[in-house]
Amino acid sequence: MTAAPNNALRPDLAVIFDHIEPGSRALDVGCGDGILMAALRDQKQVDARGIEINGASVERCVAQGLSVVQGDADHDLTFYPDGAFDYAILSQTLQTAARPDRIMQELLRVGRRAFVSFPNFAYWRMRWALMSKGQMPVTRHLPVTWYETENIHHVTVKDFELLANDLGVAIANRWFFTQEQEIGEMGANWRAEYALFEVGRG
Amino acid sequence: MVSNPAFRAVTLPDALPLDSGEVLENVSIAYETYGELADDKGNAILLCHALTGDQFVASEHPVTGKPGWWERMVGPGLPIDTNRYHVICANVIGSCMGSSGPAAHASDGKPYAMRFPVITIRDMVRGLVGLLDHLGIAQLHAVVGGSMGGMQALSLAANFPDRAARVLAIATTARHSAQNIAFHEVGRQAIMADPNWADGDYYASGSTPDSGLAVARMAAHITYLSEAGLTDKFGRRLQDRQSKSFGFDADFQVESYLRYQGSGFTRRFDANSYLYITRAMDYFDLAEECSDGKGSGLLADAFAGTPARFCLVSFDSDWLYPTSESRHVVHALNAAGAPVSFVELSAPYGHDSFLLESPELDRVVKGFIE
Repeated sequence: MTAAPNNALRPDLAVIFDHIEPGSRALDVGCGDGILMAALRDQKQVDARGIEINGASVERCVAQGLSVVQGDADHDLTFYPDGAFDYAILSQTLQTAARPDRIMQELLRVGRRAFVSFPNFAYWRMRWALMSKGQMPVTRHLPVTWYETENIHHVTVKDFELLANDLGVAIANRWFFTQEQEIGEMGANWRAEYALFEVGRG
Repeated sequence: MVSNPAFRAVTLPDALPLDSGEVLENVSIAYETYGELADDKGNAILLCHALTGDQFVASEHPVTGKPGWWERMVGPGLPIDTNRYHVICANVIGSCMGSSGPAAHASDGKPYAMRFPVITIRDMVRGLVGLLDHLGIAQLHAVVGGSMGGMQALSLAANFPDRAARVLAIATTARHSAQNIAFHEVGRQAIMADPNWADGDYYASGSTPDSGLAVARMAAHITYLSEAGLTDKFGRRLQDRQSKSFGFDADFQVESYLRYQGSGFTRRFDANSYLYITRAMDYFDLAEECSDGKGSGLLADAFAGTPARFCLVSFDSDWLYPTSESRHVVHALNAAGAPVSFVELSAPYGHDSFLLESPELDRVVKGFIE
């Protein structure tokens, strides 16, 4: 079994990979085909577990020897004990949750720390599309029409920071990305296509 | 019941203590193996069979002449690859294919019949562990089972946590529901209402309770299928006729099919075994079993500290052991911190899907076992 090299990971996943301690325990919520989990297991000896809603993806994970449970973040996180993991990971999934605030609390109940990435709805192309066309934007990063999209809770960098504050969650780190490149913090709520936060219990 | 072919079997050296408090002496375990056992005995996979299954998982059934019940899964180059693994499949105690059961002879030389003690899933597992001891296998590479076989796999993991490194439980449950028990009770009552049953003492009479056993099988068989599967396969089509007979012959194809299933079953299975095994399944509640009257009866406690990796698979059309039951086990394993995978596969055939063509299941089984 060949490990996905670190540089094959999507930029937000690569950052998460770099910031996870070897030999730790991690829960990847919405783990997809298990690319990050496999890299963490094979290169960092991480005890990685996953939750994924798509059965075909779960099947591909199991075929790689990964421990992945078919389920969704809204219901299945509750069955993990407090502090079961060093890290909980929620990549590009927060905006699909029924109650993102509760998911955040659950992530930090089961994990000491959490990595959360999401598309930034305040990215300037979004703002421009909404303003100029008066329609819900369809972009490269959010390519699906409003009626087909799984993204039911659009969120911005600013919204997320306010939510963290409301929940008493401590933001330890933040990274911003545009066109698959990391960018600086300056004007991130305008410039970032998507964002990644590392948070801890407040 | 037909004549006894010679079964490959071992008599366990020690008596088997049972959950009922009784002790079973001279326990015979009939089994088959496929593939070579490695020198370090580390490549053994124990396959656990379902209610009416047997040890002939990948070889011709000696009574019916039919292929093994999981030949599509077990064999050279197949998902459970006998070129790599030593596959062991044993007839559970209580059954009738060479292992100790009601049809087997007690110490007085006569069939046990209803003198056979009531057994549990854990008692079956104790018998299987006795076989592993005999074979010198300290730890299985994997224990695998579907339906009642999955119950045994889970029970083995909970009661003998060091005996299996991997546990694959398919289309199963950690406890029998009221509905599960209800269907089994219909079957048992059908058998016991057959005059030939004679309080279970029918072996010498030459008349076995075939009508009752056939009805039991027919009722159970419905629970192994799905409404959509039945509609697809039979619909309201008539059997070998153009119009309804206005009588009680098998007018419909589905009636004919069930009758065929029922009568075929009586040629290979013992009615008393059916009583005992369904009882064992009805008694199955892993959380209760592992609390031993001391613990909380939480299923997570049954798996506390387990060193094994788990995989559970359910089928979306299985209403006998629905996905919610597999999830119940998965959540307990999550709570226990055990590495667990779970997937619900889509298949139209109901509970029996695990025995039928399913490339998705093949990939999951192969991937998990490796």
